[in-house]
Amino acid sequence: MSLEARVRARAGSLALDADVRAAAGETVVLVGPNGAGKTTLLRVLAGLLPLSEGRVTLDGEVLEDPAARRRLPPERRSIGFVFQDYVLFPHLSVLDNVAFGLRARGCSKDQARAEAQEWLERMGIASYASERPRVLSGGQAQKVALARALATRPRLLFLDEPLAALDAGARAEVRRELKASLGRFDGVRLVVTHDPVEAMALADRVLVLEDGKVAQEGTPSELSAHPRSSYIAEFVGLNLWRGRGLGDRVRLDSGGEMLVSHAPMGEVYAALHPRAVSLYRRPAEGSPRNVWSGRIAGLEGEGGRVRVRVEGSIPVVAEVTPAAVAELSLIEGEEIWVSIKATEVSVYPA
Amino acid sequence: MRRPPRALVLLAALAASFFAVPLAALAWRAPWASLPEVLTTEVVGSALRISLVSSLAASALSAFLGLPLAWVLARVPFPGRSVLRALVTLPLVLPPVVGGVALLLALGRLGLVGRALESFFGVTLFGTLPGVIVAETFVAMPFLVLTVEGALKGLDPRYEDAAATLGASRGLVFWKITLPLAAPSVAAGAVLAWARALGEFGATITFAGNLPGETQTMPIAVYTALLRDVDAAIVLSLVLVAVSLLVLVTLRERWTPQA
Repeated sequence: MSLEARVRARAGSLALDADVRAAAGETVVLVGPNGAGKTTLLRVLAGLLPLSEGRVTLDGEVLEDPAARRRLPPERRSIGFVFQDYVLFPHLSVLDNVAFGLRARGCSKDQARAEAQEWLERMGIASYASERPRVLSGGQAQKVALARALATRPRLLFLDEPLAALDAGARAEVRRELKASLGRFDGVRLVVTHDPVEAMALADRVLVLEDGKVAQEGTPSELSAHPRSSYIAEFVGLNLWRGRGLGDRVRLDSGGEMLVSHAPMGEVYAALHPRAVSLYRRPAEGSPRNVWSGRIAGLEGEGGRVRVRVEGSIPVVAEVTPAAVAELSLIEGEEIWVSIKATEVSVYPA
Repeated sequence: MRRPPRALVLLAALAASFFAVPLAALAWRAPWASLPEVLTTEVVGSALRISLVSSLAASALSAFLGLPLAWVLARVPFPGRSVLRALVTLPLVLPPVVGGVALLLALGRLGLVGRALESFFGVTLFGTLPGVIVAETFVAMPFLVLTVEGALKGLDPRYEDAAATLGASRGLVFWKITLPLAAPSVAAGAVLAWARALGEFGATITFAGNLPGETQTMPIAVYTALLRDVDAAIVLSLVLVAVSLLVLVTLRERWTPQA
């Protein structure tokens, strides 16, 4: 079972132009900045927005092909869609929300409710069956939405920001349960998210959308090792520069040069983990390589580490301990010296 | 809070009494002793019956035709949509008498459509209860259409999307999702339309006439009675006031969220 899609579509000012391939049992995570077209892409694949050009096939069956004037409406595509904020029907009980798809597909009321009840039990929320959705917590609503989507036994499962509506405390547990539920679903799984942790935890493969186009595609580890855009570098927490490789150094497109252990000739990316960036109050003595000065543009605390954004001849983000912030008395707007080791910079062809 | 300016309070009190005094006068002048007697006279009884039947029918007809119209206005983009919306809104601001004249020219015996209605189907609207219903629907339906259209526009379209991805056809989506979610405003719109139809005078008397027992509704009966029997007019007015108050209370407590 597999999904193959060549998508050309317009929605407002966005021009979507993306190829998506996903196999059964695989979780493909779509990431990208706001307005990049992630949700639009899901809506197009689900048949809620029309293709202007291209083709969507599932297991060889053509779902949509404007050139051949073929277009299956959403209700005939066998897609389980978990919307952002879940969009549970407020006028139906939890049980009838989950039974809705089965009823729509012609099941008798009793049978649909019996199956829906089983889904609620599987998700551990059977005690809410007769309640209205508004009494549910975010995590419970997410499970109902997932049960509702899965109850029709779809071939495709789409989740749009499945954890965004949850508070941080609930997120870790719901994420774990979501991963388990995804693992039990043997069809094609597409997940949209803007949260790096969620993407890395759920993805077999990550597809980066930027401005309607696929900017990069790969496994989470490929992406974290070799990001190919500033968005994805920031997403995985790396510094990224583009430039020309000159053997032992890289001439950066943004100006300046960086010494590295090895750089192939031609267009390259240079990536560096913020932890490999050292900060000093005055020019470092000894090794003169890869040292420059800049101004502290921002300090952000994150999980026991502080990310320091330095603007200068080469903009860079450093990650230091809170103790180091105090010791160096780092304050926004002040001048600071930056040093990086040539061996820590990862260089790969663009 | 600081003491409000005296001038404002005085003007507000004046405005309040402007609404209160006429009602009080009505109650004060009412022939309370002969009330049951007047209420059970033939003219009052038939006017009450005609009013209730025609206004309920007009409200139902407004919902039956107005709901699809509201849905089209809210959901289907097409050129001329704003023109159509203006057309629907027109009866709200049009003097009802003018509406009656226009209806007469369209559906009257010699009207554009009325002539065909009469010669092919033998249907005459002037001087009949159906004529009253048509006139009342003309002025009442806009209330329902605008109320429901507003509600449909405010509805998150993703409810309908979700239902579609779950396998519901467009018809099923409308019946099981759109309509139930819009039901409170359909009900509110129907009640507004009903209240408007109940109070209808100008279009009805122009289009359907003033025949006691046939087309004489309560407001028309009030007007007619005023010319010869003031007590009857007052009693009929009191009945209409009571009905209006009932509508107001029902609307507030059932169909609108409490402020």
